[in-house]
Amino acid sequence: MKPAKSVFLERRSYRRRRMGDAAVLLPLFGTVLLLIPLLWQSAEGGARTTDVMLYIFGVWALLAGLARLVSGYLEVGPAAGTEEGVVEPSHEGPG
Amino acid sequence: MGKLVLLIEDEPNIIEAISFILSRDGWEVKTHSNGHDAMDVVRARRPDLVILDVMLPGRSGFDLLGDIRGDAALEALPVLMLTARGQRKDREMAEAAGVNRYMTKPFSNADVLEAVRDLVRE
Amino acid sequence: MATLKLLIAVSIVYVVFLFCVAFAADRAARQGRGAWLRSPLIYTLSLSIYCTAWTFYGAVGFAARSGLEYLTIYLGPTLVMIGWWWSLRKLVRIGRAQRITSIADMISSRYGKSNLLAVIVTLIAVIGTTPYIALQLQSVSLSFAAFAETERGLVDAGAVQDTALYVALGLVVFTILFGTRNLDANERHHGVVIAIALEAIVKLLALLAVGVFVVWGLSDGIVHTLERIDASQIADWEVSPSRWTGLTLVSAAAFLCLPRMFQVMVVENEDEGHLRTASWAFPVYLMLISLFVVPIAAVGLEVMPTGANPDLFVLKLPLLAGQEGLAILSFLGGFSSATSMVVVAAIALSTMVSNHIVMPIWLRATGGTATISGDVRQVALLARRLSIAGIVLLGYVYFSLSGGGTALAAIGLVAFVGVSQFLPALMGGLFWRGATRTGALAGLCTGFVVWLYCLFLPSFGPGVLLPQSVFDAGPLGLGWLRPYALFGAEGMDSVVHAVMWSLLLNTAAFIIGSILSFPSPMERLQGAQFVNVFEHSRTAGSWSGGMAQSEDLLIMSQRIMGAREAQALFADMARRQGLSGYLPEPSPEFLERLERELSGSVGAATAHAMISQIIGRAAVSVEDLLAVADETAQIMEYSSQLEAKSEEQARTARQLREANKLLTQLSLQKDEFLSQVSHELRTPMTSIRAFSEILRDTSELGPEAQQKYSSIIHDESRRLTRLLDDLLDLSVLESGKVTLNTQSGRLGDMLDRAVAATSGDPGLHIIRETAQEDVWLTTDHDRLAQVFINLIANARKYCDAPEPRLTIQPRMQDGRLVVDFSDNGSGIAMADHGLIFEKFSRIGETKTSGAGLGLAICREIMARLGGTISYLPGQKGATFRVVLPVETRLAAQ
Repeated sequence: MKPAKSVFLERRSYRRRRMGDAAVLLPLFGTVLLLIPLLWQSAEGGARTTDVMLYIFGVWALLAGLARLVSGYLEVGPAAGTEEGVVEPSHEGPG
Repeated sequence: MGKLVLLIEDEPNIIEAISFILSRDGWEVKTHSNGHDAMDVVRARRPDLVILDVMLPGRSGFDLLGDIRGDAALEALPVLMLTARGQRKDREMAEAAGVNRYMTKPFSNADVLEAVRDLVRE
Repeated sequence: MATLKLLIAVSIVYVVFLFCVAFAADRAARQGRGAWLRSPLIYTLSLSIYCTAWTFYGAVGFAARSGLEYLTIYLGPTLVMIGWWWSLRKLVRIGRAQRITSIADMISSRYGKSNLLAVIVTLIAVIGTTPYIALQLQSVSLSFAAFAETERGLVDAGAVQDTALYVALGLVVFTILFGTRNLDANERHHGVVIAIALEAIVKLLALLAVGVFVVWGLSDGIVHTLERIDASQIADWEVSPSRWTGLTLVSAAAFLCLPRMFQVMVVENEDEGHLRTASWAFPVYLMLISLFVVPIAAVGLEVMPTGANPDLFVLKLPLLAGQEGLAILSFLGGFSSATSMVVVAAIALSTMVSNHIVMPIWLRATGGTATISGDVRQVALLARRLSIAGIVLLGYVYFSLSGGGTALAAIGLVAFVGVSQFLPALMGGLFWRGATRTGALAGLCTGFVVWLYCLFLPSFGPGVLLPQSVFDAGPLGLGWLRPYALFGAEGMDSVVHAVMWSLLLNTAAFIIGSILSFPSPMERLQGAQFVNVFEHSRTAGSWSGGMAQSEDLLIMSQRIMGAREAQALFADMARRQGLSGYLPEPSPEFLERLERELSGSVGAATAHAMISQIIGRAAVSVEDLLAVADETAQIMEYSSQLEAKSEEQARTARQLREANKLLTQLSLQKDEFLSQVSHELRTPMTSIRAFSEILRDTSELGPEAQQKYSSIIHDESRRLTRLLDDLLDLSVLESGKVTLNTQSGRLGDMLDRAVAATSGDPGLHIIRETAQEDVWLTTDHDRLAQVFINLIANARKYCDAPEPRLTIQPRMQDGRLVVDFSDNGSGIAMADHGLIFEKFSRIGETKTSGAGLGLAICREIMARLGGTISYLPGQKGATFRVVLPVETRLAAQ
């Protein structure tokens, strides 16, 4: 009875949920990445400021990129989840 | 003197018509025009026949028929019922209540006369 | 000299431009044309007030002193932004659902609308923000002085202070103009937002321009610049891990808790969806603004004379290189950073001060009820304007007293740690239902005291506010209470030390206080609403109306929201309740909505208090508490859906049953009607047949009898005809297919006609009041006359008085014509009142030949004419009342 389309929808809402998880984990991931340079100074002579700087700006850009990617999947607003409701009637059309 | 017929009916013109027909045939006709005290009149007059209208002010003809059949002294009293409502349901109700003859208005005079004669002869 | 004049001219033009932009945006928004004002980009740019003059000038100084450590100030907010999904989204959702006006309002709302909490938060915010505003004023005046210095050598301190004063006054004017146009603090300040968005672009461009100039103008490109950085004193990556993490944490906390950030992020938020864009765009903005900080610092350290204030490198490097245009742009960037921060901070703080301190005091001072006291709206606006002036000038006073000596970065960090004390109460309230008002109070106070003692007071230096002895040996010689080594935590950086202890003790007090105390019902309710905001966005409240006076509420609301808005709101609510006019029933829904609207203007706590004054207290209903007690709101939602469904089914079933009953009834009625018609037709036919047979069959009838019987036949035939006419008439009327012949006419004429038509029998004496009959009607005259004829005929037939009289009495009542037909008979028995208008219902013993259709016909006619006919009980005789609408003129006479 359920057409293939609904499988796709379920996949999509599943994906959205996982992206919600990713969005929650993203700051944690970022924190870890930003703490990594703290390990470098213990090494003999220490790292150069420019290296750390490039690393941090790299991480920064990466985080911004990931945030953009993840937020594209997320539904915002009180009307979350309405998409299914809109799409579903359409496959009742042809019968 | 002829036998006594008690006519219980509320339409004045119909009372007049039936009285005329039966009187001419030699019956003594007494009339009564409401349902409230009709039973008292029946008991007091001890008629040989009762002609009973169904739609009476006060009590319906069916109620009166029930009372007559319920009274031991009046059990055998022949009752001719007249009704203006020609539905089968009414006829069935009347027969169930123990009517002797049932006629639908409007009737032919001859039929009424014949019915009265038949009922009293029995 | 020319440069300085140019600078002043450019600054004035820039300020005028900002005013114009703000004004245009405000106007566009007012006229509903400002869709672009609500774009996610504008939202993102408005967040940039995080980057104040402290960033613009101070970041370079910070980098010059402590290397890459300055990045932590921007990495903290970056982490918050990319984690928007679980924190900011919730904050914004709650802010919108509860019409939150400030962070103080937020915390107060969460903990049962406690005004005490709001006051404490406001106080901490004011104390934390004042130095920060001073810092902005200082940076503007210092940058101005830097220009003057290159022109004429040294500038005296007085001139610096004057600059700061002018800037402060200008900011007060701008903020009052665009920040207090409307009382509803929850409404967006489009003018302000667009101005700060513009300033955000200016400061970013300015800093990027200086950076590009430094990298490609003063150095030979990127590689060369990197070499110069490695050669400078900030070359070695030697950061203290505790400061790195501590500062990241505190900047993340401050980003959430700063009143001005809360203002742009939550209060001014138009659309939750904007967060989606801001989540990546704002980190990019932060990254860009920090990009050239290290190069500028490194080159500045190398180029500038030793001992030059690195806080002003951004300005002085272009000046030194003779790039006056770039220097002016840089100045505008710094100016933008400083002013946008002051404007938003002043709006946010003034809302808090006026809503949580001034208004409650004023309400109490004026004797409580908001209805009898003066114009609340004006008072609130005035309070807010005065607060703005007060806050900005307080910053100025702080600046002129402190002499502006402290390094910019230090002041910034002190303020950050101060506002971070809101974090446990704010986040705890968002995610932990067990958080209570007592816990929040304990945490806030503890954190605040530790911050004051360990960071704020010592930041003025030994011997200023805290004596040297306290620094060395602790208060009263208690060594373990030394401000920089609390509980023996020696050798820590003072900021990290303060962050650790204040937040640690704050959180501990918050948790312990929450666990040990018991929340009030309102707290529990609000707690559930906040924590579960995504599950059910229903708002709190549950006023038990009833005793409430809608009129009092309207009077109060008019004074707060303005007459037009309040009336519109009330009329709208009344309409929703199906009422006309301006006074809705004080239902819980209405009171909740009113409270929400009011809280947009005066804050949740005050709005709640004001309504309480009129309604009595807010009752938290059993259902509300059950909702709180129920751990899973989703289950509730689901079961309520099920309930709704089963209710709907029950409703359908009930409707079906009713329809079935109606059909059965109709069928019975039809049988009954047919049976009645049969009876009514057969009865006259019986007489006719019987007498015609008698006439036919009886030869010996006398002429008298013949005459009599023929007239009986004749009468009964007429009766039959009348009956058929009535039946046809009734069926036409009932089917609704009757066409009315509407025309204008006098009531008296219609009554004349009716009386004339029924005058066959002089037995009935009709009394009329001709003076009252001079009413003009637009109606179907024949039909109305028919009603009158039936009523007169009815009285004639049924009035049993020895001298029957009928009084016809017309009069106007409530714009309708009422005609009473009263006879002097014995009237109709109570039990029969319901029957008389039914078909074939003849009451009492029949002595007439009517078919019992007259009154039924009257009723149908009156319904067609838009009026009614009824039996008026309680009169001496039988009285029938005919009521007709009169949309006509009265008699011309």
